[in-house]
Amino acid sequence: MYKILKAEMIAEKIYLNVVEAPRVAEHCLPGQFVITKLDEKGERIPLTICDYDREAGTVTIVFQVVGATTQKMAALKAGDAYEDFVGPLGRPSDLTEEPIEELKKKKIVFVAGGVGTAPVYPQVKWLHEHGVDVDVIVGAKTKDLIMYEEQMKEVAGNLYITTDDGSYVRKGMGTDVLKDLVENQGKKYDHCVAIGPLIMMKFVCKLTKELGIPTVVSMNPIMVDGTGMCGACRIAVGDEIKFACVDGPEFDGHLVDFDQAMKRQQMYKTEEGRAMLALQEGDTHHGGCGNCQ
Amino acid sequence: MDMMKKVPVREQAPDVRNKNFEEVCLGYNQEEAMEEATRCLHCKNARCIEGCPVSINIPDFIEAVKGGDIKEAYRVISESSALPAVCGRVCPQESQCEGKCIRGIKGEAVSIGKLERFVADWARENGLEPEAPAAKNGKKVAVIGCGPAGITCAGDLAKKGYDVTIFEALHQPGGVLVYGIPEFRLPKDTVVAHEVENIKKLGVKIETNVIIGRSVTIDQLLSEEGFDAVFIGSGAGLPRFMGIPGENANGVFSANEYLTRSNLMKAFRDDYDTPIARFKKVAVVGGGNVAMDAARTALRLGAEVHVVYRRSEEELPARAEEVHHAKEEGIIFDLLTNPTEILTDENGWVSGIRCVKMQLGEPDASGRRRPEVIEGSEFDMDLDAVIMALGTSPNPLIHSTTKGLEVNKRQCIIAEEETGKTSKDGVFAGGDAVTGAATVILAMGAGKAGAKGIDEYLSNK
Repeated sequence: MYKILKAEMIAEKIYLNVVEAPRVAEHCLPGQFVITKLDEKGERIPLTICDYDREAGTVTIVFQVVGATTQKMAALKAGDAYEDFVGPLGRPSDLTEEPIEELKKKKIVFVAGGVGTAPVYPQVKWLHEHGVDVDVIVGAKTKDLIMYEEQMKEVAGNLYITTDDGSYVRKGMGTDVLKDLVENQGKKYDHCVAIGPLIMMKFVCKLTKELGIPTVVSMNPIMVDGTGMCGACRIAVGDEIKFACVDGPEFDGHLVDFDQAMKRQQMYKTEEGRAMLALQEGDTHHGGCGNCQ
Repeated sequence: MDMMKKVPVREQAPDVRNKNFEEVCLGYNQEEAMEEATRCLHCKNARCIEGCPVSINIPDFIEAVKGGDIKEAYRVISESSALPAVCGRVCPQESQCEGKCIRGIKGEAVSIGKLERFVADWARENGLEPEAPAAKNGKKVAVIGCGPAGITCAGDLAKKGYDVTIFEALHQPGGVLVYGIPEFRLPKDTVVAHEVENIKKLGVKIETNVIIGRSVTIDQLLSEEGFDAVFIGSGAGLPRFMGIPGENANGVFSANEYLTRSNLMKAFRDDYDTPIARFKKVAVVGGGNVAMDAARTALRLGAEVHVVYRRSEEELPARAEEVHHAKEEGIIFDLLTNPTEILTDENGWVSGIRCVKMQLGEPDASGRRRPEVIEGSEFDMDLDAVIMALGTSPNPLIHSTTKGLEVNKRQCIIAEEETGKTSKDGVFAGGDAVTGAATVILAMGAGKAGAKGIDEYLSNK
């Protein structure tokens, strides 16, 4: 069992857990992920690592409630435990493998979207700890969905926050901010990391292609085992088929086929919808709409 | 009794079992087993033993069954095998022990597999336990992967007094026995769980959720965690795809994914959370045991199932019994047929496959006749899902994170057959990680060899 030391809601429908997992905490690096499983009958859920403490042996995960399993996870409290918590999985961010001196020469920008802000944090923090300051753009639909603001401020060179509806700081998408920085504020970037919903990463990549900025994205497709066994997470990257779990999760965003990835994300929508309904309706559930007695 | 024929084994009727996940074969009872045992000629130079990768003393255990001393039969089997209830169910006996049986020359071979299964099941039901291990010798061995190779290696070493820890990447021990082979061929809660409990009783520790190469490396196990030797039995888990257009469509699965969802995650049961889509018409591409398992699983989940295989029935690599069972249950075999493209609808879901008809030409390197395309034979088949069962290869994670561990072109770890010794000092390997995808029993044989190799290595150290 993997004990939860801290559990809190950090934005609307977005939850943070700090979990005791010494083997993961000892060796993980930014960019990697874990797989959690609530109980005997639970699903295996891949989640990008959002922070870690090697001394304390803990790993932080952040998740958004999107289905029945994440709904159950949202109810977890400090003192509860995950039955399974495995990792670190996937390859660490390429940035962690580059010589620090090279990194210091680079102008790096991170574009985070929604819950993608959480996995951006450990990368920015790691770079900051190694003396590399980067610009970070955080975009969310609305003010209530902004997270990690204080923590991010401490580790980012410059932090730019934006909301789609203008309810906080400024109105517009992350891409609008990036475009403005490059075209009007005289910023030049050699490298971009975009993490967030598929549609957001797709548009960041479209823009950075135009701007000529190499861009890395972090993919979080459907997975079962997370170790390379099932191939459910396969995505088209250029002419190749890659497994996000072992070849990624980070890929060259200019080569990823986002449209296909978005279609594949829909694979279990019907099943997920049914499971969510069953959970919400509890004992009154008889198989969903149309089946009521 | 007709001495030329096997005592028939009771099975669930095809029409009943193709709708449930209960075990197909019900096995012998004691009376039937004792009767079948009388067919054994107790050959002096027993060829069946040569056919067994773990060299079970087959005539001796059958002799004990004949006399009704099942306890003794179990003792004989246990000398050589840690997983008799598994092997009795999933070994390809027709090409191993039974394939060598003298009885088989004129009639049917002795039903060695079913007798082994009976003995193992009897032992479990009657609470027989494996013999207690020798005194601890204070030496620590790490075993990577809790599948057939790892379990066997760990069991043998524990019996010799080693302090053994198995590291398993998944959340449950058993490897392919839990994620790959379906419930209807190998019951998990009774048979597999019991075999795992047995090695725990020998003192073997199992740590699940540890990915060697990520959570900890082999070098760290040796240098930081105090292990004196390591056995790698990590299997061949990476699925192959055909590389044809449309393969990333929704509704195309590797057999590994489909079977893992159903077997390990128990998605076929409503009370488990992992989803598995239910389809109307499914093609399974491939002709091995995994293809049969995937096909029969899809059938039980309500689909019309076609096995699409590019060679003919004779070349099907699956066990004869699996093909026979699949046919009885209503699986349709489209032989000498090869897919060239997966067709999709506007939402990216599978709508069918385009295939060509094949004919067999001259034998190729594998000795099997090479399938060749018949020109102009292209046709489409309407479907809503395709399962690719084309084989698997070893995961590169372990060798890519272990200094000095050599692999061959196929990413298989290079290891000596007799001892499991690899290019790295103190590291041994066996099973699918070394041979590429093979069988449970061959992996067990390699696990035994690895245990022997490790014992020799550490005894001389």
